[in-house]
Amino acid sequence: MRFLIKTEVQQPLQEKPTAARSLSRARTLWKNWELYLLILPVVVYYIIFHYVPMYGVQIAFKDFIASKGITDSPWVGLKHFERFFDSYYFERLIMNTLEIGLYELAVGFPVPILLALMINEVRSKRFKKTIQTVTYAPHFLSTVVLVGMLFIFLDPNSGMINTMIRLFGGDPVAFMTQPGWFKTIYVFSGVWQSMGWSSIIYLAALTSIDPQLHEAAKVDGASRLKRVWHINLPGIMPTIIILLIMNVGSIMAVGFEKVFLMQNDLNRDSSDVIATYVYRSGILGAQYSFSAAIGLFNSIINFILLVTVNFISKKVGQTSLW
Amino acid sequence: MVKESAGDRLFDIINYILLAIVLTIVLYPLIFVAVASISNPAAVVKGEVWLLPKEINFTGYEKVFANKEILNGYMNTILYTVAGTIVNVGMTILAAYPLSRKDFRGRNIFTALFVFTMFFSGGLIPTYLIVKDLGMTNTMWALIIPNAVAVWNIIIMRTFFQQSIPFEIQESAQMDGCGNLKILLKIILPLSMPILAVMTLFYSVAHWNSFFSALIYLTERDKYPLQLFLREILIQSNMQDMIQTSEESLAKTIMEAESIKYALVIVANLPILMLYPFLQRYFVKGMVIGAIKG
Repeated sequence: MRFLIKTEVQQPLQEKPTAARSLSRARTLWKNWELYLLILPVVVYYIIFHYVPMYGVQIAFKDFIASKGITDSPWVGLKHFERFFDSYYFERLIMNTLEIGLYELAVGFPVPILLALMINEVRSKRFKKTIQTVTYAPHFLSTVVLVGMLFIFLDPNSGMINTMIRLFGGDPVAFMTQPGWFKTIYVFSGVWQSMGWSSIIYLAALTSIDPQLHEAAKVDGASRLKRVWHINLPGIMPTIIILLIMNVGSIMAVGFEKVFLMQNDLNRDSSDVIATYVYRSGILGAQYSFSAAIGLFNSIINFILLVTVNFISKKVGQTSLW
Repeated sequence: MVKESAGDRLFDIINYILLAIVLTIVLYPLIFVAVASISNPAAVVKGEVWLLPKEINFTGYEKVFANKEILNGYMNTILYTVAGTIVNVGMTILAAYPLSRKDFRGRNIFTALFVFTMFFSGGLIPTYLIVKDLGMTNTMWALIIPNAVAVWNIIIMRTFFQQSIPFEIQESAQMDGCGNLKILLKIILPLSMPILAVMTLFYSVAHWNSFFSALIYLTERDKYPLQLFLREILIQSNMQDMIQTSEESLAKTIMEAESIKYALVIVANLPILMLYPFLQRYFVKGMVIGAIKG
C-alpha cells in the first residue's frame, strides 16, 4: 500500500502513457471503493425521492390512472395546462403568489440588513448579546405556533391588538378573516420571526471588513453614519447580492405552510396561492395530473427566474451563484 | 482616541432607541404568552394582563397534561425527532465525507446531482405518489425517509471537513495502513464535534417543528405529531375533547379554551426554550459556517 502511493506521487501525470493512467485511475477507484459504498445510500435517496419524481412529472401531460401507473397512463398533451390557464382561479393564484412574493421581498429583504448594520454599531457587549439572543429566538417557533399566536393576538374580541384599538376608541378589526389584511399580516409576521436570524449572515460579513478602512476614514473626519454608508454597506454588498439573487429567484415559490395555516374561507380571495391550490386539488381532490401540471408550471417559472436573475447580476455586478 | 462629535453621539442615541424598539416588539409577544399562560383567563380576555401575571393559576397546563391525545402527540414528536435526526445526520456524514476527499473520483458529478435538486424538483404530487407507492403513508417513515438529508447541510459539512481538517492527516493515516472507514470514524468524526452539534440542532429543530409531511402522509390520529394537534387547537379551535361542556357554563368554557392555548404554546416549545441559552452559539456558528461559499 505504502509503496503504491509513493510511485503514484513520484510520477507526474502528464508523462504517463494512457494505459498506465487508466490503470492508476482504476487503482484509485479500487482504493476508494469504501467511499462509493458510503455515498451509495445518499445517491439512492436522491434518485428515488428527487429524480424519480422528476421523471414522474410526466403525469402532468397524461391522464394519470392509478391502476396503470405513471408510465402506462395515456398521454393527453397540454390538456391540464390549458384547463389551468382557462380556469377562474388562474389569475387569482398568479397574482396572489406574485404579490406576496414581491411584498415579502420589498419588506423582508432590507430589514435584516438594516438590523445587522445597527447591531454592528452597538458598543456595549451586553446589549449587543441581548438583542441578538432575543431577535434570533422567534426563528425557532414552528409555523403552527407562529400562526397560532397571530390568531391569539389579532382576535377581534380578546386579542391584544384589538384591546389596544378599543382603548384608543377605535372599532375592533377582524384581521384574520379580512382579505385586505392577509398579505400585510403574512409579511410582517415573517419579518418579526426571521429578521434576527437573517441578520446573522450580514453580521458575519461585517466582521470581515478591514478595520484599517475605518481608521483611515476616522482620520479623514468621517462621521459614524458616513462610515456605515461608505464602508460597511459596500463591504457587505457581495453578500447582499447573493442573497438577493436567491430571494428574487424564489419570489414565485411562496411557501405552503404559513399561507395554508393562515388561510380560511373568508380570506381566500387574497390568500390562495399556487402551492395551496396544488395541495387542495391534488392531495385532497386526488386530481393528480392536473395538480402536477400546476406544480410543474410553478417549478419552471421559479427555475427561469433564478437563472435570469443570476445571469443579470453576473453581467451587472460580477456576482453570481454559479 | 478622537473625541466624539455631537453628530456621532446623536447617531448612537438614535441607534439605541431604534434597537430598543425592535427588542420590545420581538420580546413582548413572547413574554405575554408566558404571562398569560399562568394568569386567570378571564383577566386575559378582558385585556387586564399586560406585563405581570394576574391571579396566578395553572388550569391551562393541567388541561394540557390531562389530555391523552396531546401527550401521545408529544411522545410521537419526540420519537420522530430522535429517529429522524439520527437518519439525517448519518446520511449527511455519508455524503459529506466522500465529497470532501480530493482523491474521490466523480465528486463533481455527485455534487451536481445533489445540488440540482435545490433548484428544480418534480413537485408535490409526483413525490407524494412515490411515497404512497412505497407504502410509507401512515407510518413514521413517511416523515423521515423522504427528508433523509438536505443538500445545503451536505455542503456545509463537506466544507467543514475540507477546511478544518488538514488532508495531510488523512494521507498519513492512509500511509500507515488506515482504511477509509477507519479514517472517518477515528480521525474525521472526533475532530468534527462542532459541526455535528450544529447539524443535530438544525435537523432536530426542523423535525420538532415540521407539520407538512404529517399533514399529507398521516391520517391516523394516534400517529399525529404534536404540531397537528397544535393546529387543531390554536388555529381551528377544535377543543371539544378537552372541555366538558355539559356542566359548565359557556363563558367558563371559553375561558378555559383561552388558557389552554397559551399553555400549549409554552409546552410545545419547552425543549427549545430550556436549551436555547446553551444552544444559541451553536446555531449561530452553523449559520456562519453555512455562509462560507463552498
